[in-house]
Amino acid sequence: MSQSAPEDANGPDGSELYRFRLYVTGASTYSVRAIANIKHICETHLPGRYTLTIIDVHQQKQFAESVQIIALPLLIKEAPWPERRFIGDLSDTDKVLKGLGIIG
Amino acid sequence: MNSSNYQKVIQSLPALPKALTGISGFDEITNGGLPKGRPTLVCGGPGCGKTLFSLEFIVRGALEFNEPGVFVAFEEKADELAANMASLGYDLIQMQNDQLLKIDHVHIDRSEIEETGEYDLEGLFIRLGYAIDSIGAKRVVLDTIENLFSGLPNHAILRSELRRLFTWLKEKGVTAIITGEQGTGTLTRDGLEEYVSDCVILLQHRVVDQISTRLLRIVKYRGSVHGTNEYPYLIDEDGISVLPVTSLTLDHPVSEERVSSGIPALDKMLDGQGFYKGSSILVSGTAGTGKTSMAASFVHAACQRGERVLYFAFEESPQQICRNMRSIGIDLQAHMEKGLLRFQASRPTLNGLEMHLVTIHKLINEFKPQAVVLDPITNLVTIGSLREVRSMLIRLIDFLQSEQITVLFTALSLHTIINEQTDEGVSSLVDAWLLVRDIESNGERNRGLYVMKSRGMKHSNQVREFVITNTGMDLIDVYLGSEGVLTGSAREAQQLQKATEVALRGHALTHKDREIERKRLVLESKIASLKEEFESVQDELNRTFVEEDLRKEIIEQNRDQLIRNRHNDE
Repeated sequence: MSQSAPEDANGPDGSELYRFRLYVTGASTYSVRAIANIKHICETHLPGRYTLTIIDVHQQKQFAESVQIIALPLLIKEAPWPERRFIGDLSDTDKVLKGLGIIG
Repeated sequence: MNSSNYQKVIQSLPALPKALTGISGFDEITNGGLPKGRPTLVCGGPGCGKTLFSLEFIVRGALEFNEPGVFVAFEEKADELAANMASLGYDLIQMQNDQLLKIDHVHIDRSEIEETGEYDLEGLFIRLGYAIDSIGAKRVVLDTIENLFSGLPNHAILRSELRRLFTWLKEKGVTAIITGEQGTGTLTRDGLEEYVSDCVILLQHRVVDQISTRLLRIVKYRGSVHGTNEYPYLIDEDGISVLPVTSLTLDHPVSEERVSSGIPALDKMLDGQGFYKGSSILVSGTAGTGKTSMAASFVHAACQRGERVLYFAFEESPQQICRNMRSIGIDLQAHMEKGLLRFQASRPTLNGLEMHLVTIHKLINEFKPQAVVLDPITNLVTIGSLREVRSMLIRLIDFLQSEQITVLFTALSLHTIINEQTDEGVSSLVDAWLLVRDIESNGERNRGLYVMKSRGMKHSNQVREFVITNTGMDLIDVYLGSEGVLTGSAREAQQLQKATEVALRGHALTHKDREIERKRLVLESKIASLKEEFESVQDELNRTFVEEDLRKEIIEQNRDQLIRNRHNDE
C-alpha cells in the first residue's frame, strides 16, 4: 500500500521529502476516514514529495508493542525530523497541517 | 496459611471462584484471593505499594499457581521493574524467557501526540490480546492505567474505551488487577472505581505523628464475604505481608503446663510452680526496679530448658542487655550463640505500631519461639495512643496465645500509686501481673515485689523484697513488725536488733538460773539437816522402845524366876 516517489531523496524542487506511516485497524470507520484524509492532505499539499505506508495492526500485532501503539488510527511522520505522532481520523486538517509544519 | 486451609476456604465458597495471590496474609482475609476471571481495582496513594502488590500477584501466580501473567506497565520500564523485583529475589528476565511472564511497557506522552479527530484504543486491545495469547496468560495487571488520562486529551473517548476494556478483560477470563492513584475524596483520581465493580482494594500509607503505617482495606468484594477492617501490611525483602487481625473469639487452647520465672522464690509465690505456659505476663514498675533483669532471668530459665526465646528490645541494644545481665550472673550471650535466643532491637519510632505488630508476627513465624519478651511496651506509647497500643497488644496476645507462646511484657509505670492498676490498660489482658515498687524510707530505695494477679493459681498476697545481687535475683520476706513494713537496711537493722534482744534475754536467763540453783542448794542442805534431825529423833525413839521391851522382858523373867522359886519352896 505504498505510494509513489523515490526513497530517501528530496523532491523535484529540492524541498524535503515526507515519510509517513499510518497504523489502522482493518476497515473500521476511523481507519477508512483516516486513510482518505491523509491521502487528500498529501495530494493537496505535498504532491510528489511524500511516501505513505499503511499498516493494519490486526494483521501485524507485533507492531503494537514495538511502535508503542495505544490509540488508533495513528499517523507517524518519520521524516523530516523531528518525528511526530497524530492520533485520530485526521479530520482536523488545520491541526494536521500545523503539526506537519506545512502551514504556520 | 497452608494448602489444606486453602482447600477448606475454597470448598466453603463454591459460588465464586477465586485466584490465590500468594501474598502472605492476603488470601486469608479475602478467603482465597481475588475474584477469578474478573478485574480488581487496587488503589492507593503514591508509594503505598500498588505496583509491588500487583507484580507480586503476577509473579507468584506464575511461579506458585502455574498461571502465567501479563504486566502492562504504564509507568515503569520493564528493566526498572526487573531491578525492583530482583531485590525480592525474583528474576523477571528469566521468567520472561520461560514464557511465564510478559512485561509490556506502554509509553505515552502527551507532548508527542497530536489529536486530530476521533479514535479508539483498539491498539491497546490488540497489544494486550497479543501479549495474553503469546504466553497463555491467566493474569493481567494494568499499572497504572490512569496514565492514559494524562496522555490522551479526549477523556470522553477514554472513558468509553475503558468500560469496553474491562468488559473485554472479563470476556477473556483473565484475573486482572488495575491499579489507580488515590484522589482527593475519591478512591481513584479519575474515577476508575466506576468501571471495576467486583473488587476494590485500598492501600493506604498513613502518617500519624511522623510515623507511617501501611494499611490495607477491602472496600468491596462483590459476592464474597471479606474482612472489613484495615489490615496493616508490611513491605520488606519478602514482599508484601498482610497481617490478619486475629479473631475476636476467645477460644484459645490452654495449657496446664507451668514454666519457671527463673527466680525460685518467685515461683514459690506463684503456687510453687511459676507461670502457665502460653500465658501473658506483665512486669511493671518504676524506673530501675529490675524489670529487664526479671525478663532476663525468665529468658535464661527458658533457654536452659532448651526453649527458643525471641527478645524484642525497644530500649537497649542486645550487646547492652548482655553486658548488663552478665553483672547479675546471667549469661545471655551463650544462649545467643547456641541459637536459642534471638534479639530484635529497634527503636519504637522505627515504624508504626501496626508495622511492629507485623514484624513481630513475621519473626515469630520464622523463629518459632516458645517464649517472647517485649521490653518495654511502654515505649510503644511514643508512637501511638494508649488505645492503639492496647488494641495492638490485644491482638498480639491473641496471636501468641493461639500459638501457645508465653509472653512477658515489661512496662515502666510512671505512677507510684498502687491504685493506678491499669498499666497501659493491659493489666486486664494479661494473665499474670507482677509489680515492682520502690519503697523509700530512711534515705534509701528498696524494691518491693507484689504479685498483683495471677490467673488460675493460688498466688501469694505477700509483699516481698526484691534484691538483685551479682549472682542473680532473690526475694526476701520483708520484716513486718510493730513498726510496719521494713525493707533494706531498715530490715537489716531490725534483724540486728532482734539478735541483740535474744542475746540479752539469754544473759538474763543465766543470771536467774544461777540464783535458783543457789536457792536449791540451800534448800537441799536444809532438807539434809532436817533429815538428820529426824533420824536422831527416830533413833531416840527406837532406843526407848527397845529399852522398854528389854525391861519388860527382864521383868517377865524375873517374875517367872520368882514364881519358880516360890514353888520350889513348897
